[in-house]
This record gives sequence, structure tokens and C-alpha cells, in this order.
Amino acid sequence: MAMVPHLDPGGMLIAEAPPESPAGGQIQAKPRSLLRRGWEVFAENKLALVGLGFIIFILLFSFVGPLIYKTQQVSVTTSNAYCTPSGQHLLGCDELGYDIVGRLMVGGQSSLEVGLAAAFVSCLFGSIYGAASGFAGGIVDSILMRIVDAMLSIPFIFLLIILAVLIHPSPLTLIGFIAITYWPGPARLVRGETLSLRTREYVQAVKVAGGRGSRAILRHVMPNAIGVIIVQATFAVADSILILSGLGFLGFGIPLPSTDWGSMLSNGLNYMEDGYWWLIYPAGIMIILTVVAFNFVGDALRDAFETRLQRR
Amino acid sequence: MAPLLEISDLRTEIRLREGVVHAVDGVSFSVEPGETLGIVGESGCGKTMTALTIMNLLPTGGHIAGGSIKLDGQEIQNLSEDKMRSIRGNDIGMIFQDPLTSLNPTMTIGKQIAEAVSLHREVSKDQAMDRAAEVLDLVGIPRVRERIKDYPHQFSGGMRQRVMIAMALACEPKLLIADEPTTALDVTIQKQILELIDDLRLRLGMSVILVTHDLGVIAGRADRVAVMYAGKIAEITDTETLFARPRHPYTEALFQALPDKAADAGERLYSIPGLPPDLVNPPKGCRFAARCRYVTDRCRDEEPALAGEVAGHEFRCFYPVGPSERAQTSRLTQYSQSTPEPELAGPRIGEELLRVDNLVKNFPVTKGAVLQRRVGWLSAVADVSFSIAKGETFGLVGESGCGKTTIGRLVVGLETVTSGTISFDGKDLAKSSARQYRKERRNIQLMFQDSYASLDPRMRAGTLLREPLVIQHIGSRREQTQQVAEMLDKVGLPRSAAERYPHEFSGGQRQRLGFARALMLSPQLIVADEPVSALDVSIQAQVLNMMKDLQHDLGLTYMFISHDLGVVRYLSDRIGVMYLGKLIEVGPAEEVYLRPAHPYTKGLLDSAPLADPEVEKAKVTEGVTGELPSAIHPPSGCRFRTRCPRAQEICVSVEPPMLPFAGEGHMAACHFPLESPIGSAIPSATQAGTPY
Repeated sequence: MAMVPHLDPGGMLIAEAPPESPAGGQIQAKPRSLLRRGWEVFAENKLALVGLGFIIFILLFSFVGPLIYKTQQVSVTTSNAYCTPSGQHLLGCDELGYDIVGRLMVGGQSSLEVGLAAAFVSCLFGSIYGAASGFAGGIVDSILMRIVDAMLSIPFIFLLIILAVLIHPSPLTLIGFIAITYWPGPARLVRGETLSLRTREYVQAVKVAGGRGSRAILRHVMPNAIGVIIVQATFAVADSILILSGLGFLGFGIPLPSTDWGSMLSNGLNYMEDGYWWLIYPAGIMIILTVVAFNFVGDALRDAFETRLQRR
Repeated sequence: MAPLLEISDLRTEIRLREGVVHAVDGVSFSVEPGETLGIVGESGCGKTMTALTIMNLLPTGGHIAGGSIKLDGQEIQNLSEDKMRSIRGNDIGMIFQDPLTSLNPTMTIGKQIAEAVSLHREVSKDQAMDRAAEVLDLVGIPRVRERIKDYPHQFSGGMRQRVMIAMALACEPKLLIADEPTTALDVTIQKQILELIDDLRLRLGMSVILVTHDLGVIAGRADRVAVMYAGKIAEITDTETLFARPRHPYTEALFQALPDKAADAGERLYSIPGLPPDLVNPPKGCRFAARCRYVTDRCRDEEPALAGEVAGHEFRCFYPVGPSERAQTSRLTQYSQSTPEPELAGPRIGEELLRVDNLVKNFPVTKGAVLQRRVGWLSAVADVSFSIAKGETFGLVGESGCGKTTIGRLVVGLETVTSGTISFDGKDLAKSSARQYRKERRNIQLMFQDSYASLDPRMRAGTLLREPLVIQHIGSRREQTQQVAEMLDKVGLPRSAAERYPHEFSGGQRQRLGFARALMLSPQLIVADEPVSALDVSIQAQVLNMMKDLQHDLGLTYMFISHDLGVVRYLSDRIGVMYLGKLIEVGPAEEVYLRPAHPYTKGLLDSAPLADPEVEKAKVTEGVTGELPSAIHPPSGCRFRTRCPRAQEICVSVEPPMLPFAGEGHMAACHFPLESPIGSAIPSATQAGTPY
């Protein structure tokens, strides 16, 4: 096709006009995948990058750390009890002679494991439950949502304590407890999202082309709801770590010789008046920083999944 | 007399992530006392930014980079926020586009207006309230004393806009800035509001800046017009001169892209190619150069100044179009003679394709969250019958809430009918089995209004276009991909578009994509629901031309739903006019436009603003008074009787039947039609001597 300038509508807007210029004009935006765009939006949030960095650090600290910083975390060493921070014990020792840094690693392992697993289970179940409720609509939706309402009306800390008293706490049971109390939140959220996606015009477009409901759900509703679910899951990790810490603080945490940050904090509070600050601050700061980091990442993910922000 | 507002070389910049947007770039104009200045342009050309700059209400990141704004001789661009506050609302009033979001939903309207009064005047609460009642009365709110205690949601859209105007006028500003004041409103209400603004301007002696994208609105209301393009004024002069002798190629192209004018002449629309430039890195030379048909190298290198040949008419072009005001040769005529647009063949109208008989659709109105009690029915479509022949375009017009979209959704099967039949190609659609029905779906496809909402944001264009084929199991994967590529060619998109996501396209390109998807199954009938109402005039022309071309090439039948009478007239062979769920008039397009039989059709036509100042200013008819009644309790007898100037007792009790009129297939449902029906003793308007 001959390149006659005035017959070339739209193409002149970009520097190098391609050989043919269709009537609709060229597309001005650079081609980039959705993931790439999402990452660009995410990366603009500096706090989220810091948060992400911290989460990676905490994962390495808890799971790789013990290989480098070797401490005795199984049997009690009474001679080291209450030792002050020194070159040998960076943050001192607790009343049983466990090194605090090593203790933080062990506690981090269980806190993260329980947090991630509980968030995964509760979000998976909640999402399926919520999506089913939203798709079904009508009576089914009403019944399923009333069950959720009933769940939400039980004061969860109370429920957890009763369960923890009845059953011996272990990482597995704690994951179960937290998931049971947490799933109604994601369920409600995903149901709301499904309800709104169901009426979107692009879902209707499938119907106009003669497609079935299952196609609309799998190809259009689910991929668009996944963002909400992932964001919710991120917050759920933070919340689960917080719930676990709360339980640990109340004495229903992971039993010895393992531990979790909440139990460490609770333990340390016994010595609040005695000046053993290393029993209190490290665990408390860990909880706060980790929860805040997950929340920052969650916020940025929410922006990253918002296609309208990517458009700019 | 000194101008009330004088703006010179105003420049506004907005800092964004990707750079600085030069939203207003050296704009100068003045507004005389008592004058209406219209600012027109397409979206993103800086007209709203100019208005916001005057008010110093710029969004975050926005600031005035240079120039001056003088109000009554006093420079206001550098005033402190405190001093600016005393000018805003007091000396300059502003009306925004959306009256719902501009009003506080938790305050009564009386209090909101009183608040505006007491901000600027030392008055007691009661005095402020009295003033509120006074201005509400001024803008034509009925029963002011009762309604002053109502909340915004208790008012209709038109009434809310009146409240907004009342609020803007509460302190008797010298200048009223109306930013797209009627864009969200129906034509009949738009006419009422525009008339109100005009009337108030005369009575209160204020100046008005009317910002709009609608050339028709400008034609009838503005004394002078500034045409903006890409942050600059392209042309500025008095309204008559601008419409009669535009000199800037952009202004000329805008007029030629208007469907009202092309429909008269039966010619193709001129569409401005391409898109407006990016205001972050504006082009070096003339901003319009990339889209101009008269462009030369000089235009690309050098920027023309805003200048004119005679006083009061300035434009920014080296090679102005039209006859020079110093009498020179006309290049416009030369151009149109040298490249005549190809004559479009007339529609090959064949046998009946779609037939709708006594169609009724009621939506239940429910109350309560858990146990949904039905408290009534909303009558969206009430006993509508029409048919569409193969190859023709049937236009369905009416105001919002008249049921035109519901009919479209019923025809494509997105809603189920309450009663009545829809038959396609002789077969009743409701009678086919579910499996068969899904297959038949392919023959009737829908083109959505909002292409952004109707394209899945997480799918590439290629996948989106392929989906209908996948659903209907047509062809192998390779054949499907091939078909997608061919379809992209047809709708004028580059083949590389298949790899892109919907948000990477411009509005017009997305609408092409939406159209392409509707065409993928090679349907016979396309239901197009307001396909161009979200687009700018120049882009609208591109899409309309494409639709017309493809109708011709592929032998398509269109059911075209729109509130824009100009667009419908341009595209349609036959037109149906709807009012509150009823089809009140149907007939050949020209017949309905030139000799409307139903008073509502006439009112609707009179309300629609035309881009012709002479016609527009000569209009004396009232349009349609009042507002659309509720569809839950539609009026008895003729549904239009509550707003009809000709209504009599029979209209309350007896529903008017469809009567035939001169012109093939021209029917209207009215007891007192404006034309005399064929073979009937009912007197027409002229015979009865009823003034209308």
C-alpha cells in the first residue's frame, strides 16, 4: 500500500507509521501484558515494596535463619536463663535459657505457617461458598448467607478460647480454628463481587452469543473475581497471624518446645517489671511489622488488580 | 463597556505521573456583561479545564502556569483561597454536569441553598431560607414552600438541575458558568433547562459561559462561540458567523460530522480521522495538523496565531476554509468537487425479518430484603407491535425510561417476554427449544452501548472476538483466528489489535471492537443499543460510517436504539417513537421527521437542538412541558396525556388506537393527531383549529 500522507488517517499520530493504517487508527498504548502492568502499579507504591521486602526477609529469617544462626531450641539450658544481650546471644535469653533470636525464628516459622495455611483454607472455602451463593441467587443465596450471618454473630475470640480449651492446641488444630472463624468474611466479599460481576455487560454478551452460564462463570466471572480473592487472602494472612498471636497471648498458642510470637510476648509480660526488655519488644515488634507488611502488600495488590488504574 | 471577564494567554498545567498535561494552553477571550459565550469542543480539549481555572477549582496537581483572569478589571488568578471563596458563588456561579453528585444527599435543598446564601451575605437563618425559597421559585420549582424541606433524591433529574441553578443564582452572580448543564438530561428536559438559563440571564442581567460538546445547544443559546481544540482556541466569533462561515478546518469538519445535516442531503458523514493529540507532548506545529485534510508542511512546523481578517472573527489557521471575508476564492467547494464521496446504494429492503406482536414486559417492583414482597408492576413495554424488513434500519427513539432498551433486550433474549410474540424469519423465538434457541441466537446479535463495560477487561481482543465462535462450535482454532483477523480488517482495526486488551483502545476503537464481536457469528439482525452516544462527534461519524458501510457490504438489518434524533434520522429507513412503554408513532424516517402525527413526536423534534442558529433561534414552540410520569402507575388512556397540549377528556378514558397516515406504513396512536389520518373522520390539527 502506497504511503500517501494525507490518505493515512490516524497513522500520523505515531512516529513510525506502519505500512497500512486502518480506518480505526492505530493503537497508541504500548503492548504490555496484564501482569506487567499490574506490577508497574504495584511498584509505584513504595510502602508495598518495603512490605514485600520485609515479608521476604521474615520468611528467610524464620526458615533459612536457623541454618546460619544455630541455637539450642529443644532442650532447656537453665544456666543461660535471663542472660542479657551479648555477642553470643544477640537478644539475650528467656527464662528457660532459649536464645531469643533463635526463639523468634521458631516462633516465626509457626506463626507464618499457621497464618498462611489458615488464610489459604479460609479464603478457599469462603470464596467457593461465596461464589456459589452469588451464582445461585434466590432462596439458596438467602439460606447460605443467613448461615454466614449466624457465624459472624458468634464472638470469635470466645469461640476460639472454648475450642482451644476443649482440644489440645497444635499447629494443625489452630489452623482449623482460625479458618473456621475467618471464612465468613471472604465468603461475603466474594459473593458481593460475584453478584456485581454477574450483571456486567460482558457476561451478558456471552448469553447473547448463545453461551451457557457455566462458561460465563468460568471464563469471565472467576478471572475477574480472582483479584478480590488474592487481595483478601493477603489481608487474611495478616489477620490470621494476629489471631494466632492473640491466642498465644491468652495462653492457647503453640505448646513447648515450639512457640509462636504471641506466646513469646505473653511469656515476656510476666517479667515486665524486671527490666528484661528483650523478652517483650522483639516478639511484639515482629508481630506488628509482619502484619503491617502484609497489609501494605494487600493495599498495593488491590490497586494492581484494578484495571482502571493500569490504563493510565 | 468594559468586559466583565477578560482572560488573556491563560495556561493551566496538570502534573500527572507520565508528565505535565498542558490542559489549557494560551487561551484568551472576554465575556461582555449580559452576554452568553459558548465554549465547544470534543472531550479532552480543555473546555472544562478553562471553566475550572476561572473558578480556581483545579484538580490535584493542577495549577495556573501563566496568563491572567480579570473579573471586572480585577485580577483574580493569584488571589488567596480565602479571597477566592468570596468570589466563588458570589460573583461567579457554577453549574456542573451531574446534579445528583453535586447536591448533598443528607441535607434538604432549602438548607443547602440557604447555606450558600449565608456564606456570602450577613443574613439571619430565616432570611437565608426566604432567599432560598425566592430563587427556587425563580427557577420554576412548583409548590416551593412544601418542597424546600425535601431531599435531593425526592427530585427528578431535571428538577435537581433547577435546584443547582437556584443555588448558583442565590447570590446573584454577575457570571454564571454552566459546564455541560444538560448533558445528563433528556432532550425535552434539556430544552426546559436551557430556556430557563436564557430567561434568567435576561432577567438578572448576568453573563453566561456555556460549556458544551453539543453544537446544537450552542447554536440556539450563545451570542459568541469559542471552538476549542487540544487546549487552544481554534476559532472564536459570533454564533451566526461561525455556523454560516466557519474558517478553521476543525470547525468545518465538526459541522460536516453532524448527522442532522447529512441526513437532509442523504450524503455520507465526514469523519475526522485519527484522535486528538496527546497534551503531554503536544505536536510542534498546528495542533490539528495530524487530522486536517488541508495540511501542508508549514502546518507541521509552525504554529499559526489566532488572527482574523475582520474584527470579531479570529481563527488559528494558515489556510482558512470557506470564502475569505475579504472575498477570495473558495477552497471548500473546490475540495468537495474534486473528491466526491461515493454514492451509497439505497437499502435493498426485502421481506419481513423480525416481527414483534403485542409485546408486553412488566418488571415486578419488590420491597423488603429477605421476603421480597411484590408491591406492583413496572410497565416497561406495553403492547408494542412492529416489524423490520430484511436489509433495513429500524430506528427506535424516545427519552430515557421509555422502554426502548427493554425492547432491544427482549429481542436478543436477555429478558423474557411477559406476553406477546417475537418472531424471527417467520419462527416464534419463544417456541424453540433451549438448544435450538441457543443456535438461533447467532442470527440476532447485540451491540452494547458501553463498549468498555461489555468487553471483559482480562481478555485480549482476539480471544474476545473468538469467543462467539467457540461458543457456537464454528471452525477449528486456526479458522477462528483467521476469521478474527478478517473481521478486524472489516471494522478498520489493525490486525495486531488481537493481542491487545480492551483498555488499550480508544473509545471509538472499542466501539469498533464491540461491533466486530457482534458480527462474528454473521448475524442477520444487529440490535444496536445507543452505540455512539458515548462518543465525540468526530468519532461518532467514523463509527456511523462504518456501520453504514458494513450494512451495505454484508446485507445487515439494524434495529438502532438511540435518544439522539439526529443520529437515528441519519441511519434509519423507518423510525418508531416510544413514550412510556408505548410505541406511539411509526413510519418512514422522512415522513415522521417532516410530518409527525403525534404531538409527542413533534415535541421531541422541536426539543432536539439543531446546529443552525437561525432555525434554533426562530423556534417558538414549547417542546414538551412537564416530566415523564412513573411507569409503575402509568396514566390511564393515552399515556402522554399528562404532558400533551391537545389532551381532552377522551384521552383520559380511551387509549388511542394506531391510525394510518399518509406515507407508507406511517401510523400513530393519537385521538387528536397533527395530520389527518387516512379514511377517518377525526379532524386534524388544522381542521380543528387548535393552536399548537
